[in-house]
Amino acid sequence: MPETQSDKIPVTVLTGYLGAGKTTLLNRILSEPHGKKYAVVVNEFGEIGIDNDLVVGADEEVFEMNNGCICCTVRGDLIRIIDGLLRRKGDFDGIIVETTGLADPAPVAQTFFVDEIVGAKTSLDAVVTVADAKWLKERLKDAPEAKNQIAFADVILLNKTDLVTDTELKDVEMRIRAINPFARIHRTQRSDIAIDKVLGQGAFDLDRITAIDPDFLEGGHRHFHDEDMKSVSFASDKPLDPDKFFPWIQELTQREGPNILRSKGILAFKDDPDRFVFQGVHMILDGDHQRPWRADEAKTSRIVFIGRHLDEKALEEGFLSCTA
Amino acid sequence: MAALSSTPSSITSKLTPIDLGDPVVGVRFLGSVAAFALGGGKIVLAGEEERRLDAHGGAILSVDGDRRRLVTGGDDGRVVETAGDGSSRVLFEQKGRWIDQVAAGPDGSVAFSAGRTAYFRPAKGDPKTLDLPSTVGGLAFAPKGTRLAIAHYGGATLWFPNAQAKPESLEWKGSHRGILWHPDGRFIVTTMQEAALHGWRLPDGAHMRMSGYPSRVKSMAFTAGGRFLATSGSSEAVLWPFGSKEGPMGKQPTMLAPRDVRVSCVGAHPKDEVIACGYDDGMVLLVRISDGAEILARSPSGGAVSALAWRADGGALAIGTEDGAGGLIVL
Repeated sequence: MPETQSDKIPVTVLTGYLGAGKTTLLNRILSEPHGKKYAVVVNEFGEIGIDNDLVVGADEEVFEMNNGCICCTVRGDLIRIIDGLLRRKGDFDGIIVETTGLADPAPVAQTFFVDEIVGAKTSLDAVVTVADAKWLKERLKDAPEAKNQIAFADVILLNKTDLVTDTELKDVEMRIRAINPFARIHRTQRSDIAIDKVLGQGAFDLDRITAIDPDFLEGGHRHFHDEDMKSVSFASDKPLDPDKFFPWIQELTQREGPNILRSKGILAFKDDPDRFVFQGVHMILDGDHQRPWRADEAKTSRIVFIGRHLDEKALEEGFLSCTA
Repeated sequence: MAALSSTPSSITSKLTPIDLGDPVVGVRFLGSVAAFALGGGKIVLAGEEERRLDAHGGAILSVDGDRRRLVTGGDDGRVVETAGDGSSRVLFEQKGRWIDQVAAGPDGSVAFSAGRTAYFRPAKGDPKTLDLPSTVGGLAFAPKGTRLAIAHYGGATLWFPNAQAKPESLEWKGSHRGILWHPDGRFIVTTMQEAALHGWRLPDGAHMRMSGYPSRVKSMAFTAGGRFLATSGSSEAVLWPFGSKEGPMGKQPTMLAPRDVRVSCVGAHPKDEVIACGYDDGMVLLVRISDGAEILARSPSGGAVSALAWRADGGALAIGTEDGAGGLIVL
C-alpha cells in the first residue's frame, strides 16, 4: 500500500560552515517546548547539551552508487542509521541530520531518493543552512563547501547579524541571492528562530511546489551570478511537448548532473489539464502531475537550475525547443 | 520432505498466530522454543508457554543465534545472549554506541560490530578487535573454525581473530551489507546497497556478480547442502546455483513462487531442498525446489514478512512480520 506523504517521517538536513551556529540551532530545536521529539544524527558527540536518547553518531561515509554516474553519491552510514531508527518508529516525530561544516549536502539529500527503503519510510523536508553573516563572504571565496551549502539550501539562517552593519548585511544577502535566489532567508542572532520556520518546510514535497519564487522571475528571466555558481531560470507561455521535454531534461541532467546542484520546474504540457512539477538533486529527478491548472492561472512553464558553469544560452535554447 | 507432497496445498490451519506487537527483527529456534527479537527491544520466547523479556533499552538492530542461544545487538550499546529458558546475560556494553551487527560463533563465541570496529569474544580467553576501513555492514562466521567474514564499503575482510596473520581483503567497489559463507566454505556472498549480490570464490578470488533484481536484496540463505542460494528482492524467489565448484557464473538462476508482490524474506529448510518464502504482503509459501511445488503457510495479511526460521529438525517454522505479527507452524 503506498504511504502518503504524511505517513513518512520528515527529515531535516542541517548544514553550515564551521562556527556558523549549527549546534546552537540544534540545541534550540531540541530544547524548545514544542512537544515533539526528534531523533538527531550528529557527527560529534558531546556538542549537544540536551539529554536525548535518540542522538546517533554518524561517520559521514560517502560512497558512489555503482550506477555509472559520478555525481550519484550517497551517505551509506545514514542508510544504516535510518534503517535502525525506523525500528523505533513512534518514538519520534522527525529526524534531523547534522552534517559537518565541510560536508557537501548533496549525498545526504540523494540518500533519500536512491535508497528504496529510506525513501519509502521517510521524506526529505528541507536543507537548512546556517551562515555566518560576518564571515560568509570570505568563505564563499575560499571554501567551495560553503558555496555548495548556500546553493543547496531551502532555508538559510543568516546568523550573527549583530556582528555586522546594515550595509554589510545587505551585501552578504546579495551574495547569497546571487547563488541561490529561491531559498528563504531569515536573519538571526544566536540562531534564534521560530521552529516552524526551520522544520516542516516540505521543500522537497512536490505537492508544495506552489510557485517558483516570483521575486526570482521578475522581468521574465533574470539571473544573478556569482563567479562560478549561478542560478538561471526560463519561462515559456507555449505549452511543452512531453516527448521533447523528458528526453531533454534526462539527457541534460545525465550529462551536466555534476554541475547542476538543484533544479525545479512547474510545467504545462500540451493537452494536459494538470500542472506537472518536478525537482532534482544533481542527476536524480522526481516529478509528478500535481493538480489541474486553475482557470485564473496563466499556463506558464517555468524551470530553474542552480549550478556551476551553467551554459545559460544552451539551456534556454534547449528548454524553448521543448515547446509543442 | 516426502511428507510435504502428500499434504494439502495449504497448511494455514496449522499456523498458531502470536501477537508480538513490535516489528520482528529476527527469529531463531532455541531447541523447540521460537525466540523472536523485536524492534522495540523485547524478546518473546514462544514454547510451551510464552515469555516476554526486556532484553534491550532501545531497538534491537541485529540478531543471530544457534540452537542454544539468541544473540542480539541493540542501539543501547549492548550485546545480549538469551537462552531458551529465558536466562540471559549481557556480553558487552558500551553506552552511546550502536551494536550494528552480531554473529554467533563456534563454542559459545560471539562477534559483533559498532561502527568501524569488529569485536570477537571467545567463551574463554581474551577478546579481540579489528578496525575496518568503513562501517561494518555484515558479519558471518565460517562454517568451520574461528574465522570471520566482515562486509564493509569496498569489499569484505576475512579475519582469523586468534591468529597473528594479516586479515585478507576481498575487494569490490560499492557498499556491502549482508554477508554469508557457503556451507562448504568455498564461496562468500554479500548483499549490496545496489540491487545486486556479489560473491568471491575463495580458492582463486574469482568474482561472482549476481544482478538483475528490481530492489535491494535483504534476505538470503543457502539451501540444505548448499546447492542453491535463495534470495529475496524480486517478485519471485531467485535461487543461484552453487552446486558446482565453479559457482553460479554463466548460469541462470532458478525462479520460484512468482507473485505480483516482492519476496521480502527467505528461509532454507535445514534438511531438504525446500525454502520458506515470505512476501511484502505477509504471505508465506513453502516451496520445493525440485518441482516448484508450493504450499501456503500464511495467507496475505498486514506487513511484510521480516523474519523466518526453521527448527533444526525441519519440523517447525517460525514467521515474523514488520507489523508485529508472529506465527508458528508445527508440521
